[in-house]
Amino acid sequence: MDMKTEKKTLNLKERYRLLTRDLGWEPSYRSADEVFPYVKYEGIKVHDWGKWEDPFRLTMDAYWKYQAEKERKFYAIVDAHAQNNGHLNITDARYLSALKLFLQAISPGEYAAGKGFARVGREFPGVGTQVACQMQALDEIRHAQTQIHALSNYNKYYDGFHAFADARDRIWYTSVARSFFDDAMSAGPFEFMIAIGFSFEYVLTNLLFVPFMSGAAYNGDMATVTFGFSAQSDEARHMTLGLECIKFMLEQDPDNLPIVQGWIDKWFWRGFRVLGLVSTMMDYMLPKRVMSWREAWEIYGVENGGALFRDLARYGVRPPKGWDDAEKAIDHMSHQIMLGLYQWSFGTSFHSWIPSDDDMEWLAKKYPTTFDKYYRPRWNHIKKLAAAGTPFKNFGLAKLCQCCQLPVVFTEPDDPTLLCNRETVYEGEKYHFCSDGCQQVFENEPEKYVQAWLPMPQLFQMFDGDVAAWMDWVSLRDGHDNGDYDGSRDQQNFQQWRGLATSNQ
Amino acid sequence: MSTVFIALQANEETRPIIEAIEIDNPQAVVNREPAMVKIDAPDRLVIRRETIEEQIGRAFDLQELQINLITLSGNVSEDEDTLSLTWNS
Amino acid sequence: MPVKSLKKYVGVPRDVVANFHGKQVVYVSWDQHLLFAAPLMLCLPPQTTFRELVDGPLAALIAPDPDAAAVDWSTVQWLKANQPWVPDFDRSLADNGIVHKDQLRLSTPGLNSLRPAA
Repeated sequence: MDMKTEKKTLNLKERYRLLTRDLGWEPSYRSADEVFPYVKYEGIKVHDWGKWEDPFRLTMDAYWKYQAEKERKFYAIVDAHAQNNGHLNITDARYLSALKLFLQAISPGEYAAGKGFARVGREFPGVGTQVACQMQALDEIRHAQTQIHALSNYNKYYDGFHAFADARDRIWYTSVARSFFDDAMSAGPFEFMIAIGFSFEYVLTNLLFVPFMSGAAYNGDMATVTFGFSAQSDEARHMTLGLECIKFMLEQDPDNLPIVQGWIDKWFWRGFRVLGLVSTMMDYMLPKRVMSWREAWEIYGVENGGALFRDLARYGVRPPKGWDDAEKAIDHMSHQIMLGLYQWSFGTSFHSWIPSDDDMEWLAKKYPTTFDKYYRPRWNHIKKLAAAGTPFKNFGLAKLCQCCQLPVVFTEPDDPTLLCNRETVYEGEKYHFCSDGCQQVFENEPEKYVQAWLPMPQLFQMFDGDVAAWMDWVSLRDGHDNGDYDGSRDQQNFQQWRGLATSNQ
Repeated sequence: MSTVFIALQANEETRPIIEAIEIDNPQAVVNREPAMVKIDAPDRLVIRRETIEEQIGRAFDLQELQINLITLSGNVSEDEDTLSLTWNS
Repeated sequence: MPVKSLKKYVGVPRDVVANFHGKQVVYVSWDQHLLFAAPLMLCLPPQTTFRELVDGPLAALIAPDPDAAAVDWSTVQWLKANQPWVPDFDRSLADNGIVHKDQLRLSTPGLNSLRPAA
């Protein structure tokens, strides 16, 4: 509190210097290499850590003040949501699938990012970097906590929320996000910064949070809008940290460029694959949709990513290697993943469904070159199977990609009628991939990815293919948490409770 | 040309801030979306403390923007009086 | 490229055949038949004959496709590890040279009900 009087006399730059830079000191009885043992082995050369600066110049005292304000706003709304049957104000209980997927796959990623930033905040010698990483570590833990807290209000009423931690550790689709964060956390501190700070936060997080939270607003979900925007208000700082960090590396030494470019290529592609799940949430799981995945990609991928890489060109950085393949996949990926989620819905701790006629009209309008041609015929056949009383369930477990861990559902970049099958042999063992991008990531560091814990092979290693035993292990309650939304307990309860709330019967 | 942008939550606190941004950046385009306002501008956007203070009629610390900020794009530069976003393109 | 590390980095492959209790993994997919979102994963003893694989799990799994009943297995074309290949239906997976985690692809030209017209 004694800072208050000084605040009037110090300008922002001086304040930042005193409260950040001046915290650093030269070690005396141990060498700098002993104090910071992980900062050199990745090959990044740094000559002057003092050149790293947070453009927001946020100091810890101001940080606590603004974060406290955000928390007060957040809890006021979460309380109002709980006190006013907020769970009945959503457009439709189908919307809950997006929340369940978010809670099982994304919120644990926030927690993982918190651990990662706490670690790299210790491993970097620069004081400005240490403070910014410390703030981000606290932010990420706050995000995990506020998300879990907000969504716990839905857990009182609906299926699929109760065991998100088991789902995070054990179920199959969550391993996509989990392996992404595990890969980053087991890398060195600079690669971690490119992975999470730059690729995920700067290039991709807008695609995750902005349309999704706007979508929550459209769908009447006050609790999610609130935790989303509360978390997102930290993201601007995270994005800025990621961008500053990459500029810092590139300005420190020209030898850093090829290393940084390799990480940009790797982490763009890995992040893009994680977003596959988000594309499906946007195009299929929001009953009232704010924009299509394609439209979001135009704004935040093509336009914003384009601006970023035009800016970074002055350092010799080029757009990520997988950029063109990503563009070719945009009009296909959400459909390919939703078809998978539907046919494997016996093994998901959320519901999926056959899109209604209205939904299909919307999809055809948003995807004029692909939906009617490639995907509507499949959905129509699936609809016919359901009408005949033989709903389509694919009990053949899926082949997974050794790198991104998604089922191999994607087609050749230039042929949407042919699955993209890639394989390689490393030390006598076969490995499969969904794309050239994932195969290249593997081939750059095969020793890392041969260890991948792939959920489908594990089902045979641990349970000899016994799906019921596997369901117990992942805390999935057959007949409640999984399967088609049509006829589910969530559907019945939501209709009944909403009826009770709007009539006196 | 590259687009810089800033997105703020749509609420009573940001209404005058958005007006101030419009005053200082005549080339900016204001997009009103569910629960948020996204302001795009070609290559450069400047947010000035003084203009915001004139709109809200009280002293304003630019770091207060953190509370209602959703996202931004561009290289950030901030001091007591201005926050600017720029792309070199 | 090796993993950059401070000490020697050793990765232990997790899905070697020894971990599958005497069975092996075989992946099968049907080209142009994307009703099935991804290649099917089967886990079978290597002594299984190819005919048992086809008549048993494979036939059951592909049944929901509108072309399934019309498949003439004697004219099906096969790829193994993306190379043309001819199976012997009466010999085992092992004798057919199908190794752990091999990917088989079948194609049935002319039988493509759900494929879009070109």
